[in-house]
Amino acid sequence: METLFTLDNVWLALLLKVIAVLIIFLTVPLVMGYMEHKVLAHMQARLGPMEALPHGVGQLVADGIKFLQKENVVPAAADKWVFGLAPGVMLIPAIVVLTVVPFGPGAFAENLDAGIFFALAVSSIGTIGLLMAGWASANKFSLMGGLRGAAQLIAYELPMVLAAAAVVLQAETLSLVGIVEAQAGFRLFGTITIPYAVPHFFGLALFFMSAVAELNRPPFDMPIADAELIAGHMTEYTGIRFAFFLLSEYAGMVVFGALATVLFLGGWYPWPGYLLPEGFLGVVVGFGTTIGKIAAFMFLFIWLRATFPRLREDQLQRLSWLILIPLALLNIVIVAIAKVVA
Amino acid sequence: MTETMLPKPGSNVLPGPPGESMLVEVRGEGELVTQDMSLNIGPQHPATHGVLRVVIDLDGEVIEKATPVIGYMHRGFEKLAEARDYRQIIALVNRHDWLSAFCNELGVAMAVERMMELEVPERAQWIRVLMAEWNRVLNHLMFVGSFGLELGAITPVFFAFREREDIQHLMESATGGRLHFTYNRVGGLKEDLPRGFLAASEHMVRNVRMRNSEYRDLLQGNEIFMARTKGVGRLDPDVALGYGVSGPTLHATGVPEDARVTEPYAKYDAVKVHVPTGTNGDSYDRFMMLVDRIDASLDIIEQVLGSIPPGPISVKLPKVVKAPEGAIYVRTENPLGQGGYYLVSDGRKNPWRLKMRTPSFNNISMIPHLLQGVLLPDMIAILGSVFFVVGDVDR
Repeated sequence: METLFTLDNVWLALLLKVIAVLIIFLTVPLVMGYMEHKVLAHMQARLGPMEALPHGVGQLVADGIKFLQKENVVPAAADKWVFGLAPGVMLIPAIVVLTVVPFGPGAFAENLDAGIFFALAVSSIGTIGLLMAGWASANKFSLMGGLRGAAQLIAYELPMVLAAAAVVLQAETLSLVGIVEAQAGFRLFGTITIPYAVPHFFGLALFFMSAVAELNRPPFDMPIADAELIAGHMTEYTGIRFAFFLLSEYAGMVVFGALATVLFLGGWYPWPGYLLPEGFLGVVVGFGTTIGKIAAFMFLFIWLRATFPRLREDQLQRLSWLILIPLALLNIVIVAIAKVVA
Repeated sequence: MTETMLPKPGSNVLPGPPGESMLVEVRGEGELVTQDMSLNIGPQHPATHGVLRVVIDLDGEVIEKATPVIGYMHRGFEKLAEARDYRQIIALVNRHDWLSAFCNELGVAMAVERMMELEVPERAQWIRVLMAEWNRVLNHLMFVGSFGLELGAITPVFFAFREREDIQHLMESATGGRLHFTYNRVGGLKEDLPRGFLAASEHMVRNVRMRNSEYRDLLQGNEIFMARTKGVGRLDPDVALGYGVSGPTLHATGVPEDARVTEPYAKYDAVKVHVPTGTNGDSYDRFMMLVDRIDASLDIIEQVLGSIPPGPISVKLPKVVKAPEGAIYVRTENPLGQGGYYLVSDGRKNPWRLKMRTPSFNNISMIPHLLQGVLLPDMIAILGSVFFVVGDVDR
């Protein structure tokens, strides 16, 4: 499938793509952040932000302005270059991944043949930023946070990749757009059209759990663990750099929500096999569907945060190596057998 | 620093990488010797709710040694009391443990009354029991909420504060205070209960009991909560008694020592007091003690509500209250454990010495013992379940 930005003028197309990606990057995480404020608040018997515009809609914008005004403190003992670069290293991969995520029929910047491979590879670069921040802050709490983050990445990248590999096996393509299209034509044992979420239920659960761990979201937020490590790698950051960390967390949630949507929920199709209207209307419906599905994943992220205490680091590692990874391997075997038999 | 890196006799010593002077010692099966890191938890740290400071020596994430450093909140209450008369002391003692204000004042009021051999009216005694139990519920709800917060569950604290707000409102209607009630007087109480207080109490008992069972289900049904607290920070009854630990922390080890039962004061001999006990003495048991004790306190409140007799609420005293010469020790069961007040008087209008025995101080003293060899995240689970208020430690 061709992208919407297919123009004769290559440079104009490129410019439009960059603008579109940046718009998505600056708006969707903000909406999801507002959703977190509100959903979390109502789960906890409170109202959440109510002052900035009606129902606090402008709260995150106000927060952003506040962050901009804050003093930018760099600890005297910090490794200044690394300290300054770390938030960027964390933020940029999230933007880059958005270029390959399809939000609707044609509503993507680039359709890479190795799309899912690219997305997973780039998204884990963010952890280098975490490690850099942890080391450069010259703070023991930050250092421990950085180390925990790195250990967590190694442990949870594996089940995530394996869960995605099972889907790739099923769809016979690495391209994200290709996976959506393959899923639209998928019939469970040749009978009903159904999203991959049903046959790949374990895969979806594994992928989602790994995403939670990789984004350091509760209950797997040990690298941040406010009660133990204050704020982990973010302890020494202030102002706009701190805001970058928050933004990259929300952008990461959007990215993983979008990837899960593409891999397991049929992407922009409300239901596989249901054809979208032709033309612009189809793009709008597809875009809305994708955002809705991402929001559903966001709701899960928030729900987990409201419900569970934090796991311990060693329990987390045990969970990954002894339970999730064997399950992921088993999942691949089952999918492979089903693929050959069916 | 360099000394710890020097090889021990008879060990394998490998040279470090080129350009580095560091020696690498190999211990046994290729196990590297690592350097300990000392970490300051507090006095400003989110885990220590207050200004407690714990200096820990870490090997990786394992705590080798933990030393609590106290005194950041020392406000000299014992010395201040020597310059106050007995009426003023009541307002002073409800401040050291701000979460058990009523129970603290009760202890001092009782000490003075016993020295003066005052007969406190029945009605006042019953109301004291009622208020002390409401204060206990208030205190335990706070710790139920904050323990969850320390484990990373952010929701319980909001739920617990919802109930706390209602109870505080109720107590404010009688005492005029939300935190520092100052409702006790030597010889009775400040004033009678407002109209409708008993009916409101009854309603609140039902409400809190229902909510409390919800919290019990929420936490007992939570896999991660169980994994984080079961078997963590195990405390033996002998050790606990040796350190003078009391209250829910002691009950969790299976020792049902409770001043309300073993040495009843006010009207506790006329009500049935259930003292819940645990079996393992771990963080989970300590936490469940709170939840069980809230229920037990609500039971006591229900018994009290039906048996408050009419009558005066205070005895008439001279303008200047003077305790006769002598000394007395009064112990009460405060929400966090045994509260003791040793009052020495030389017959003047202020005490010669007032020594407070506060539960938090003794509870905190066993922290070095409990934290030895545990992981850093477990430290949080242990600190959160050895219930203490820093003001109560430092006084």
